[in-house]
Amino acid sequence: MDKILVGLKRVVDYNVRIRVKPDGSGVVTDGVKMSINPFDEIALEEALRIKERGDASEVIAVSIGPPDCQQQLRTGLAMGADRAILVEADQETDPLAAAGIFLEIIGREQPDIVLLGKQAIDDDCSQTGQMLAALWGRPQATFASKIEFSNGTASVTREVDAGLEVIDVDLPAVITTDLRLNEPRYVKLPDIMKAKKKPLEVIGAGDLGVDMSPQFSAVRHEPPAERQKGVMVEDVDGLIAALKDKDLLG
Amino acid sequence: MSKVLIIAEHDGTHLNQSTAKCLNCAQSIDDAGADVVTLGNQCAAVAEQAAALTGVSKVLTIERAENEHAVAAVMAPQIAALADDYDYVLAPSTTFGKDLAPRVAALLGVGQLSDVMSVEGPREFKRPIYAGNAVVTVQVPEGKKIVATVRAASFRPVAPSGGQAEIASVQISVELPGHTRFVELLSGSSGDRPDLQTAKVVISGGRGVGSEENFEILYRLADKMNAAVGASRAAVDAGFVPNEMQVGQTGKIISPDLYIAFGISGAIQHLTGIKDAGTIVAVNKDGEAPIFEIADIGLVGDLFDVIPELEKHL
Repeated sequence: MDKILVGLKRVVDYNVRIRVKPDGSGVVTDGVKMSINPFDEIALEEALRIKERGDASEVIAVSIGPPDCQQQLRTGLAMGADRAILVEADQETDPLAAAGIFLEIIGREQPDIVLLGKQAIDDDCSQTGQMLAALWGRPQATFASKIEFSNGTASVTREVDAGLEVIDVDLPAVITTDLRLNEPRYVKLPDIMKAKKKPLEVIGAGDLGVDMSPQFSAVRHEPPAERQKGVMVEDVDGLIAALKDKDLLG
Repeated sequence: MSKVLIIAEHDGTHLNQSTAKCLNCAQSIDDAGADVVTLGNQCAAVAEQAAALTGVSKVLTIERAENEHAVAAVMAPQIAALADDYDYVLAPSTTFGKDLAPRVAALLGVGQLSDVMSVEGPREFKRPIYAGNAVVTVQVPEGKKIVATVRAASFRPVAPSGGQAEIASVQISVELPGHTRFVELLSGSSGDRPDLQTAKVVISGGRGVGSEENFEILYRLADKMNAAVGASRAAVDAGFVPNEMQVGQTGKIISPDLYIAFGISGAIQHLTGIKDAGTIVAVNKDGEAPIFEIADIGLVGDLFDVIPELEKHL
């Protein structure tokens, strides 16, 4: 195989406690730590492992968003991506527009595999990979926990509600990653220095001719309903009594 | 003609309960009833189960050898062709629906709403973001088809009987791709235990359970309570139990009447999966564990002492 394209979305770090803005216009992101979407980090790690075992020659990291996304792309380059592309967009890019942008990048780069996280931990949509596969007219293997290649086919184990499903997909294909696919490597300091010299191309989203108009409008944001404060019991007898009280023990 | 089309989830024999939950959501959109489409290969039993659900106008069956297994790339063009006659296409927010619905939406050239948790108006919906730590109300502009996945934990299933909808076989003449092939489904057997997503009682274990062998005491308790067994990500990652038992943001989102967590600290991603439970019970050695913040009943103690004692009372 030749090239692997990996998507890296810049999101609020998964350790940050999310707060909704008082005016309901969104969640607080000012001064909040931003990171690579964890599922995308797994996608990049998998791409690097595929390349390291000789099954691919180049790994290209792609991000869509404001100029600050260069930080996440530099981290991706430090992890081992060969080069990076930032598609600069001022506004939020919804999954359909993101899929359209990836399709344009595919047209330029002709990758054999596009590896994306199964969802982004900000909007939790879980759509971009599937939409891209549809627009591209190619296979999708979502929620992957194992990927193997032979003769132009990927055999992908998928984490589904019923267990583990294995499907074969002809390449090129879109694969989206689940948590247990791998554990991403840590970035070492010398690699961060080296990453600064790796190529990072910036393209304006407008130059790709993709319709960026939002599909939906967000009316308001609010915190989730709180559960009422519970009680602590001292022992099993107390637990039994509390359950009986709620009519939960037959 | 009903405006809402629901994509049925099934295993060839049984209709998944998530379909009945989608119907409840559909009724909030349009109480005139919804059509249900079943794609499969010789799955008449599934179509009959769908026809018996309350609120179904018509069941459409698309029977083709290619539909033997649910492969999104194969199903999506058939549903997209059928969607011409509908304003809404709904699928459950299970791995089945999450895989399929975006592919359908992209073929139709529209966005997709994930995890609809309530219907605020015909074109206005609430959905969770940031692992359920915020809820956003979204509006879909007029004139666009709405493709959405329905968050099962937010809707009660409609009654599974009483309906007598017509069943109609449909021929869709679209070319289906051969580039994606089902190979096999590997699943850990849960025996005769109830299904995690529909059980009224769920017993769950975390890292604190310690090993695959130790999970046996949870299975034993579950069998006494006619409960399903779930697990935290930590327990799955450690290899104590198979992946299909994982409850949480990336596992299953469940809403049993009673959820009992043993040795689960309560990472935000796990809590996301259980917030809709009727009553949450937490048993943990660590009194500071975050799970106690959302538990209705908390007990600080060793699960290996608590479970045997609990069993004696049952």
